[in-house]
Amino acid sequence: MNLRRDVFQALADPTRRAILLLLATQSMTAGAIAANFDSSRPTVSKHLQILTECELLRQEQQGREVHYHFNPQKMKEVADFIEPFRQMWDQRFDALESVMQNYQTNN
Amino acid sequence: MQQKTHVEAAENKQEIVITRQFNLPVELLFKAYVEKDLLAQWMGTKVIKLDSHNHGSYIFETTDPMGNIHRFNGTIHDIEVNQKITRTFEMENTSFPVQLEFLIFESMETNASKLTIKIIYKSVEDRDKMLKLPFAYGINMAHNRLEGLFNQQN
Repeated sequence: MNLRRDVFQALADPTRRAILLLLATQSMTAGAIAANFDSSRPTVSKHLQILTECELLRQEQQGREVHYHFNPQKMKEVADFIEPFRQMWDQRFDALESVMQNYQTNN
Repeated sequence: MQQKTHVEAAENKQEIVITRQFNLPVELLFKAYVEKDLLAQWMGTKVIKLDSHNHGSYIFETTDPMGNIHRFNGTIHDIEVNQKITRTFEMENTSFPVQLEFLIFESMETNASKLTIKIIYKSVEDRDKMLKLPFAYGINMAHNRLEGLFNQQN
């Protein structure tokens, strides 16, 4: 699965957007976040996992609790509509580089 | 972190410039663009035709996850080994007009090279539409996937 593109997929889900909105002004534990939604706790955990994997959220251990923080830097990157276009070319060129490095080794 | 691929798209212009440095000698970078099998590998596309010479042309074909076939074609206007390719690019059966591409290949220090692609679009609107395509695609993919999950549950 393509993690970079997943940032946009993560943002396309209304629950995940609501979670980001909630965390924009404060950091919260998974339990406190889940209390704001009708969804089950495992469903909210799954959303948190996806948001963390694509770096829209950061986890921070505080004693026995894990707090979730919003990562504005990542959001800024995503807000730029050209970014997916750039990433598409970046991935394409990465593929070119690795195909040609293999070719160089084998010839 | 320094980004390897840079896209320059000035506002209200009908062009973009894409630049990228490679850990490859310029000969290999150029080869990746002119040899059918190599191009097919890194582009992840079927190369139906690739005549890499002045007044040559190419046809690529991809099949999306839904099984739809998409074809791309263009004319190679001018080619200078290890230096440049000037060509057109067109997506068949879409509302996107043909675009003109200038590819400049440059040798950097040993085993490094730089590629600059300047693309000229028919209009500013066409350029912006093309720039937004991967963004729209990412969002659509997400919606389709959510829709699929929703339909399964009902």
